[in-house]
Amino acid sequence: MTQVLIPSQLTSYTDGATRVAANGTTVGAVLDDLDRRFPGLKFRVVDEQDRVRRHMRLFIGQAETRDVTTAIGPADELLIFGALSGG
Amino acid sequence: MTTAVRLLIGTRKGVWFLDGDEGRADWRVEGPLFLGHIINHLVADPRDPKVLMAASSTGHLGPTIQRSTDGGKTWSEASRPPAFEPGEPHGRSVHHTFWIEPGHPSEPGVWWAGASPPSLFRSADNGDTWASVKGLNEHPKAMDWFPPMDGGTPDGPMIAGIVIDPRDARHMYLATPMAGVLETTDQGQSWAPLNQNVRCDYLPDPYPEIGQDTHQLAFSPTNPDRLWQQNHCGIYRLDRPAERWDRVGDAMPREVGDIGFSIIPHPRCDQTAWVFPMDGTEVWPRVSPGGRPAAYRTRDGGATWERQDNGFPREQGWFTVKRQAMCGDGRDPMGLYLGTTSGEVWASADEGESWRQIAAHLPEIYSVVVAP
Repeated sequence: MTQVLIPSQLTSYTDGATRVAANGTTVGAVLDDLDRRFPGLKFRVVDEQDRVRRHMRLFIGQAETRDVTTAIGPADELLIFGALSGG
Repeated sequence: MTTAVRLLIGTRKGVWFLDGDEGRADWRVEGPLFLGHIINHLVADPRDPKVLMAASSTGHLGPTIQRSTDGGKTWSEASRPPAFEPGEPHGRSVHHTFWIEPGHPSEPGVWWAGASPPSLFRSADNGDTWASVKGLNEHPKAMDWFPPMDGGTPDGPMIAGIVIDPRDARHMYLATPMAGVLETTDQGQSWAPLNQNVRCDYLPDPYPEIGQDTHQLAFSPTNPDRLWQQNHCGIYRLDRPAERWDRVGDAMPREVGDIGFSIIPHPRCDQTAWVFPMDGTEVWPRVSPGGRPAAYRTRDGGATWERQDNGFPREQGWFTVKRQAMCGDGRDPMGLYLGTTSGEVWASADEGESWRQIAAHLPEIYSVVVAP
């Protein structure tokens, strides 16, 4: 399973967990799996047109992606961050 | 203290409540809820006052709707917040919900949401799931009425108000910042502009069919055919079924002007309404003209307006009061409330004759609503 780093902005969905595991072969599928367990989480990160929200950032390891169709494997780590977005 | 009036305060940083006693003299602040969340509108259901609905987003996260069915003690998130259809031809996504409106009394559980970019959504299950109102969102002229646009205040164009005719659930109006007032008589399946004689200072044709910027729209409760509009370009009144608005703001003092965000009709007198003018000169400072805050009241349908500034700062009072941040409590005498972007709440228990600050140091206030 892919390990997913959860930012503080989303820990209200994960009962406080900052690291969870999820299944999926793409970033979107991993987020879908998370959303099944933590309803509502995906929509806060990705909009209804499958675009990563402006002030959210996704990384597979060190590589940033804004494409939810990007492939991801069980050995990868998906890191979700809240970007810097002013006050 | 027994709470007689509860104000629901939505701010850029969360929710607060202000509880007032029977005399509306003593007030207690409670909160915050959703600290750090942007709350554009927080509304209670007059059909079931235990139901509260909040339009919520954050600087990072996408928009959602928070719901309470126990008067705000516990909250849950909508399982399907307002959103366009995936793959919709214009690629739109909801940036935030701006306005929440309880449905007609004949339709318990129905709610409406106006969002940015300008779009309308409906829930039939007390806000748990929301569906796109295709009659507006997929209207053939939708992209003419609401062309894609970044920025604008606050945070992009939106549906700025939803008004439902208390006599007919199918009859509704929308206040919009790019198409003025839109009207439907079939509960949103079809829409038509209602903007005759409403000025657009910022367009080559100053009186177009669409393009007007309606800041707020309301009807007189005792006469729902009487509409009041605070527009980007003036204060207007319309008595339906007529379609030509009358700029009653022309009777405002010239040095104050008739620009502002809110307009509050009296609950029992269709001749009476209040506005809270903002400076609309030069670069549109949108603060109290001259740094001297004041409400203005008409008691003759807009023919004349009287200044009500007793209690407000006499100088250096640069209030900005946004669209949803002024309201009345419907009591007798009418209580009036307003919240400023500098986090102050001001109240009048005597129909605007005198004002006093009842809270300060809150975050930027977006909405002030009286709980039913």
